[in-house]
Amino acid sequence: MTELLKIDNLGKRFVGFVALENISLAVAAGERVGLIGPNGSGKSTLVNCICGTLRNDTGSVRFDGHVLDGSTAHQRTRRGLARTFQLPRPFASLSLLDNMRIPLIYTVAARGIHRSGNEIEARCVELLREVGLEGKARRLPRDLTQVEMRKLELARAMAAEPKLLIADESMAGLTHSEIEEIITLLLRLNERGVTIILIEHIMRAVMSFSRRLVVLVSGRKIADGQPDDVMRNPEVERAYLG
Amino acid sequence: MRSPLFFLICLIVGGAVFAAAVALGNDYYFFAGYVVLQYVVLSTAWNILGGYCGYVNFGSAAFFALGAYSTVALHRLYPLPIPAMLIAGGVVSGVVGFGMGYLTLRLRGAFFAIATLALAVVLETLIVNWEYVGGSRGAYIVRPESIGPFGNYIEYLFLIMMLLAVAAITAARVIERSRLGFGFATIRDDELAAEASGVPTLQLKLIATTMSGALMGMAGAPFPYYIGYLQPSSAFGLDYAVNSIAMPLIGGTTSWVGPLIGAILLGSLQQLATVTISSAVNLLIVGLLLVGFVIVAPNGIIGLVHKYLQRKPDDFVGRRHVDAEAPDRVPGPAP
Repeated sequence: MTELLKIDNLGKRFVGFVALENISLAVAAGERVGLIGPNGSGKSTLVNCICGTLRNDTGSVRFDGHVLDGSTAHQRTRRGLARTFQLPRPFASLSLLDNMRIPLIYTVAARGIHRSGNEIEARCVELLREVGLEGKARRLPRDLTQVEMRKLELARAMAAEPKLLIADESMAGLTHSEIEEIITLLLRLNERGVTIILIEHIMRAVMSFSRRLVVLVSGRKIADGQPDDVMRNPEVERAYLG
Repeated sequence: MRSPLFFLICLIVGGAVFAAAVALGNDYYFFAGYVVLQYVVLSTAWNILGGYCGYVNFGSAAFFALGAYSTVALHRLYPLPIPAMLIAGGVVSGVVGFGMGYLTLRLRGAFFAIATLALAVVLETLIVNWEYVGGSRGAYIVRPESIGPFGNYIEYLFLIMMLLAVAAITAARVIERSRLGFGFATIRDDELAAEASGVPTLQLKLIATTMSGALMGMAGAPFPYYIGYLQPSSAFGLDYAVNSIAMPLIGGTTSWVGPLIGAILLGSLQQLATVTISSAVNLLIVGLLLVGFVIVAPNGIIGLVHKYLQRKPDDFVGRRHVDAEAPDRVPGPAP
């Protein structure tokens, strides 16, 4: 499979604190990668560096053959790199339909795919239907439950028609059945060719979803491989169980 | 409603107001109406950055004054017709707006607001020390008694400001219902999520500061002809900064209607107070109304109306009309 994302020796410091140290990672197109690690291990910092929310101090990020260093977050999104946030960040004053509309008119249109107003609306409804929110299309995000908010976040990321989706703790705070719903959604997306990096603390979800597991501890990558092998890694056991 | 039709309706309403003022046969209505219309433009301009993008600008007076002083400077060079002065004032204030945006838009909230306030202080200091435009002594502009078909020059100024107000309102409405308006709304709601959705937030903020600044400058450009004697303290007056914020807040910031309602309501009240009590109570009125609205209707009059409508069984939130013949124009953000 072709390499979609390639991170070389990426490093990030916050004043004296080393958040990420020489992280190297390659993700092939179509992969399902789980990224785990204890709190403060640098998972979200890594996502922020990949997506352009934070600038990496050292190393480089390549995506789909392009060097992303120095490009802004919106430019990376337009290249096909979408993300969800740990805490859902909907556009509070816009209806669900309009939340969906934003990536379509700003990201997809920037790739030269022009749709008419009616086509955009139809696509928004289709995306909302896919996550089961069609009935609330004209409501505001404040009317949604926690799981619906997570679904909206995912649907909005999907609206950007990404090649790689980074789902940052999309299942935090959800019930067993709700987690299943989100996993089904992510699997369906992956079947369509979208590469997915799942950052999650819920190990049951990570193990059932990922084909490959990467472990970060204190800003360093300590394991990378098949999920079962990684979980048997003594260093990983030590990091999780002490 | 299509934008050209909306513009036409606004023109008709504006024409009717002008005709009514002529019929009343009292110049005072033109003088008072000019000030109200000037505030319609100022508050609409402020709302493009403050209401749509959520960036509070305390430096409205600076942009207004820049427009006014552009006219004074040009008038000394060569007295051009007012529409040309209007464009010049718009360009100068627009360029300064762009510069301010570039320098300050990495700031947010109170930090951005303080930076805009500082800009006003810096610009006032520059004008006070610029002898060419009168410096601290001020500058006289002698306006003609009459012009063309207008019996009085104030009628002409009133009409100019009316046209500018119509243009500003139409522009605000077009923005609100366009791709740009959606982008502005995402900046107001969550900049990080906006970037993650592909919205070029910095570019959009620069567009907003430039447009907002340019409109404020255009509002200020005819001011020297209106007042006759322009001095820094009158051009950089606190009234402009406070009113251009208070009017959209009282009317409602998420729609073009809010600043219009706020400016007409507050502007008329102030004019009434000026002739019945004293112009000194103007800011007191603004303060009292602001306190009242913060308690009763924090989202302004528009918010109050929406709240009432939301109680109706038919849910209107987010309902949009998609213009089939203008598919690239997407509907605007929900209030």
